[in-house]
Amino acid sequence: MLAAGPGGGGADVPGAVTTAPDPAPTEPKTTPARPSRRRRRTRVPTAALLVAPSVVFLAALFLWPIVVGVGQAVTGTDGPTLAHLRRMVDDPYFWTATRNTALLIVVLIPLQFAFALTMALLLRERPRLASFYFYVWCVPLAISDLAAGLVWLSIFADRGYLNSALAHLGLGDGYAWLSYDNQTTMFVAVLLAELWRATSLVLVIVVAGLQNIPRDYDEAAAVFGATYWQRLRHVILPQLRPSLQVALILRTILGLQTFAVAQALTGRSFPLLVGETYQWYVTLQNERVSAAIALVIMLMSLGTAVVYLRVLRDPAATGGER
Amino acid sequence: MSRLRAARRRSIAIHVACVAVTLFMGLPIYLIALAALSSRESLNRFPLALLPTELSTETMRVFLDSTGVVGGFQNSVEVGLISLALSLALGVPAGYAVARYAFRGREPYQLFLLLTRALPIVVLSVPLARVFLATGLYDTTYAVALLHTALALPTTVLITSAIFVAVPVEHEEAAMVFGASAPRAFTRVVLPQALPGIAAAAIFTFVTSWNEVLGAAVLTLNRRTLPAQVLSTLADSPLAFRFAGGFALVVPALVFIAFMRRYLLNMWGTTIR
Amino acid sequence: MARHAGRPGTDLRLDRRRLLGLGLAAGAAPLLGACGGASTTGSDEEGAITFLSTQFTPVEERQRFEQILRDRVKGGAVAYNTVEPNVFSSTITSQVGAGRVQVSLAGGLHGDFAPHADKFENLDDLAGKLADRRIPTDLADLGKLSGGATTYLPWMQASYVLAVNKRALQWLPSGADVQNLTYDQLLTWVGDARRANGNKPVLGLPCGPKGLYHRFFQGYLLPSFTGGQMTTFRSPAAVLAWQYMVELWAQTAPASTNYDNMQEPLQRGEVLIAWDHVARLVNAPADKPDDWIMAPAPRGPQGLGYLLVVAGLAIPKGAPDADRARQVIETLTTPDVQLEVLRRNAFFPVVEAALPTDLPPAVALEAEAVRRQQDAQGALLALPPVGLGAKDGEVSQIFKNCFKEICLDRRPVQQVLDRQAQQLNAILDEVKVPCWRPDPVVAGQTCRVQ
Repeated sequence: MLAAGPGGGGADVPGAVTTAPDPAPTEPKTTPARPSRRRRRTRVPTAALLVAPSVVFLAALFLWPIVVGVGQAVTGTDGPTLAHLRRMVDDPYFWTATRNTALLIVVLIPLQFAFALTMALLLRERPRLASFYFYVWCVPLAISDLAAGLVWLSIFADRGYLNSALAHLGLGDGYAWLSYDNQTTMFVAVLLAELWRATSLVLVIVVAGLQNIPRDYDEAAAVFGATYWQRLRHVILPQLRPSLQVALILRTILGLQTFAVAQALTGRSFPLLVGETYQWYVTLQNERVSAAIALVIMLMSLGTAVVYLRVLRDPAATGGER
Repeated sequence: MSRLRAARRRSIAIHVACVAVTLFMGLPIYLIALAALSSRESLNRFPLALLPTELSTETMRVFLDSTGVVGGFQNSVEVGLISLALSLALGVPAGYAVARYAFRGREPYQLFLLLTRALPIVVLSVPLARVFLATGLYDTTYAVALLHTALALPTTVLITSAIFVAVPVEHEEAAMVFGASAPRAFTRVVLPQALPGIAAAAIFTFVTSWNEVLGAAVLTLNRRTLPAQVLSTLADSPLAFRFAGGFALVVPALVFIAFMRRYLLNMWGTTIR
Repeated sequence: MARHAGRPGTDLRLDRRRLLGLGLAAGAAPLLGACGGASTTGSDEEGAITFLSTQFTPVEERQRFEQILRDRVKGGAVAYNTVEPNVFSSTITSQVGAGRVQVSLAGGLHGDFAPHADKFENLDDLAGKLADRRIPTDLADLGKLSGGATTYLPWMQASYVLAVNKRALQWLPSGADVQNLTYDQLLTWVGDARRANGNKPVLGLPCGPKGLYHRFFQGYLLPSFTGGQMTTFRSPAAVLAWQYMVELWAQTAPASTNYDNMQEPLQRGEVLIAWDHVARLVNAPADKPDDWIMAPAPRGPQGLGYLLVVAGLAIPKGAPDADRARQVIETLTTPDVQLEVLRRNAFFPVVEAALPTDLPPAVALEAEAVRRQQDAQGALLALPPVGLGAKDGEVSQIFKNCFKEICLDRRPVQQVLDRQAQQLNAILDEVKVPCWRPDPVVAGQTCRVQ
C-alpha cells in the first residue's frame, strides 16, 4: 500500500525533518499556505492575472456545455425531476458498475503508485541504459486506450498470446481468462492492462518531481548512516509530496474515466460507470440517465480531489529544502 | 570487501529489476507490432506464433492506403501542436500562480480546472458541438484543438505547479536583487529549473490530443484527426486491421516522446543547483 | 546523462533555445497548414456533398463503397463519412438543433433513424417517384416513422442466418437436415459436438457489447416458440423458449459474451457454428468457401421466425444540398447499383432485382440461405421494433437483460419475464404504438405485453 506513502510519510515527517509547523489547513484565505517558500507579500492581483486566461478560456467554451450536460440529469420534459436518477439506481448494471469502479480505483491506484515509485527510484540509481529503460517505460503513454484494449485482448483472448505461449510450453490448450464466470481472472486481466497502460503517467510526473530533489541531502543522510528506507521515507518522499499529490489527483480522476480497456477485454461483464454512460447514451439513446451517471462520476471525481487537496496539503517537505 | 560485494549485489538486483519492468512494459508493444506485421491468415491460427516468422505488410498497406490518412495525419499534428502551445501558454502561468501565491479560491480554481476532466465527454458532446456550430468553428481543427487544450489544461497547471513549488523562491529573489525584472527572473532562473515539469506537461498534452477520439469525432465531419478517422471506424474492422491501425498510430507519439524525453531528464545527474 | 554533470548552465541555455524553437514551430504550424484542417473525405472537391453513414464502417467495406460512389454517382463528389451510431446521433442532433446543417444525406439502420424522426425531411414525393423500383411494402412501411410520412427510404436489407463449418457436420444427429433444422436438433447437435470435441463448445453467439444477440431473441427464438414478439413476451411458451435458451447457453462458448461479430471467431476456428447478421458472417467463408455452409435459422413449434434488417437513406431538415442528395438516393436505389453493393459488400437489394449468378462464393452462400429462410415452410417474418423512436435501444436492452438474468445469473424464468414485462409495458404505454409483425398489427391499438 504505497499510495499511503505520501500521506503516511507526511504524518511522520513533521517531527523528523520539518521545521515549519502545519499552517492551519482549514484557513486558506490570504495567508500563504507555505510560508517558508511562498512570497511573503501576497499579491492577489498578480495571481489573478496569471490565472485569469485559463479561467476565461474554460468558462467561455465549456461552462455552458457543462451546465447543459449536467442539467439534463435533473430535468424532464416538464421541469425538474428525479425520475432519471431513480431510473439509474434501478438499473441492474448501475450498482455493479459502481462497485467495480470503486474496486478498480482502490486496488489499482496504490499498486500503480508503488510500481511507478519503484520504477522512478530504479532510474534514480542511474543504471546503465537508464535512458533506454525510461523510454520503454514511457511507451504506453503513446497508446490510446482503444489500442491498449486491443493489445491486452490479443494477450488474454481464448486463442491469444498467453494461451499460445502456454500451448507452446505444452501447458494445456487454453484457459478462458476472460469468461464471464471467471470473475477473478477477468478482474486481474483488467487490472494488469490498466496497470500497464496508465502507470507511465505517474512515472513521468514522479520523475519530473525527482529531478528537483538535490542528491546532496540524500547523500548527506547516507553519510550519517541512514539506511535506504530511512532516506526514502524521510528525505525523498516528503520532497516528492507535491508531485505525488498531483499524480494522485490526476490519476484518480483519469482512473474514474477509464472504460475502453475493460470493455475491450470483458464486454459488459465487468461494467464500469463511464462505460454505463456510454451504454445509456449510445445504445439506449437516453442521454438523461447517461447524464445522471455522469453526475455521479463527477461528484466522485471532485469529492476525491477535495479530499486529496485537503489531506495532502500539509507542506511538510519544506524543511529538507534548506 | 563485503561492502564492495554488497554494492555489486545491489547493482545486479537493480539491473534485474530494470529488465523485469522493461519486459512487462515492452512485451505488449512487441506483440502489437508482431500482430500488425503478421498476415491475416497467421492471426487466425492457434497457437499463435510468438516470433516474427511470417512478416507481411498487407494489412498495414491497406490501412495506409485508405482515404484521408495523409490529411488526417496533417490534422492530428496540427491539433496536437496548437493544443500544446495553447495549454502551455495558458497553463504555465497558472501553474506558477498556484505554486507561488496562496490566493483566495486556489482550491476552487483547481477543482474548476478538473471539471472538464471529471465529466465523461459523451455527455458534453452535443452541447459542445452546438457551441462550435454557433461560432462557426465546427469541423475545423481549431475546434478540436480547443477541446484538447481544455482536456490537457488541468494536467499542465497541476504538474507545472508541483515543479514550481520545488524551485526555491530565493533564486528568483536573488536575481531580482541583482536587477532582473520579474519576468526576466522568471525566464532566466525559474523556467530552466522547471523544464522537466514543462516537458512532462507537454508530453501529456500532445499524447492526450493524439489519442483522443470521441471529442474529435463529434466536432469534425470532413476534417478528421487521424485517430478519429481511424480508431473509431476500425472498431468494426477485422482484427488484423485493428492491430495495423493501432500500431501505426503509436509510432508518431513514440517519436514525440523520444524528442521530449531529453527535456524531461534534463536535470538528471546535476548536483549543482 | 552523466555528461551533463559538469556544465549544466550551457545545456540549459541550449535547451531553452530549443524549446523556443519548438514553440515557434507550434505557432507557425496552423499558418502553414490548410485553414481549419485538411479534408479527410474528399469534401474539398467542387460540388461535393456530405454523406453521413453508420454503414460500411470496416475499412475495406468503406473503400469499396467509396469506389461505387465514385463510379456511379454523376454530377459531383460524395464525401462518405462513416461514424459510429452515437456520433451519428450527436451529429444529427446538434446540427439540426443549431440550424446549421452540413450533412446532406444520412444513411443508417432503422434503429439509427428511429429516435430522430422529426429531424428529417418528408420523402413521400421521392418515394412516389421511385415507385417503379418496387420496394416491398413491408420495407417501405418501416421507413414511415412519424405519422405515416416517409422519413427514410429503404437502401439495403439483410437478415441473420447460421454459418456452419463443415467440420461440425460429422456430429449432426441422424435424420437432421442442416438446411432445415429444428431448435431441438440444434441443441442435440451442439451438445453431441461439444462432447465429441474434447468438451469444447462449438456454438457461438454474438453476445458482446456491440453484438446483435437481442435480435436472436426478438426475431428468431421467441417468434419460433411463441408466434409473437411483444404480446407473448411472458406467455408459457415464452417461458419454454427461455428454458430452451438456458440449455442452449450451457452448450455455447462462454467467450460469446465477448463476441461482437461471429466471422472472426469462426475464421479463427474458436467456434464452428454461429448465428449472426449476414454482413458479420461474410468474411468467415471468404478464404475457403468450400469449407462452409450457410443455412437458415432453425424452426420452432410456431414456425421459422426470422428477422429482416433494413438500412435506409434520409435527408436532414435544412440540408445544404437536398436536391443532389435526392439524386444520390435515386442512383443508389437503381437495381444496378444495388447489385453492385451486394457483390462487393454483401448487403441485399431492397428493389426488385434478379440475383446474378457470378456472385462471390461467400455472398452466394448467404444469398441462398436467405432465400431458403424466406421461402421455408412456416416462415414467420419478424420486424425489429417499429415506431419506438428514442425508446428503441431500451426495448432491445430489456431482451438483453432477460438473457443476462436468465442465462448468466440463472434467475427463475417466469419471475424475470414478469418483471421485465412491466418495464416493457411502461415503455409501450409511453410511446403508444400498434404492434408490429409477427404480433397482430391492429392500427390504433397500443401494443402491450399480455
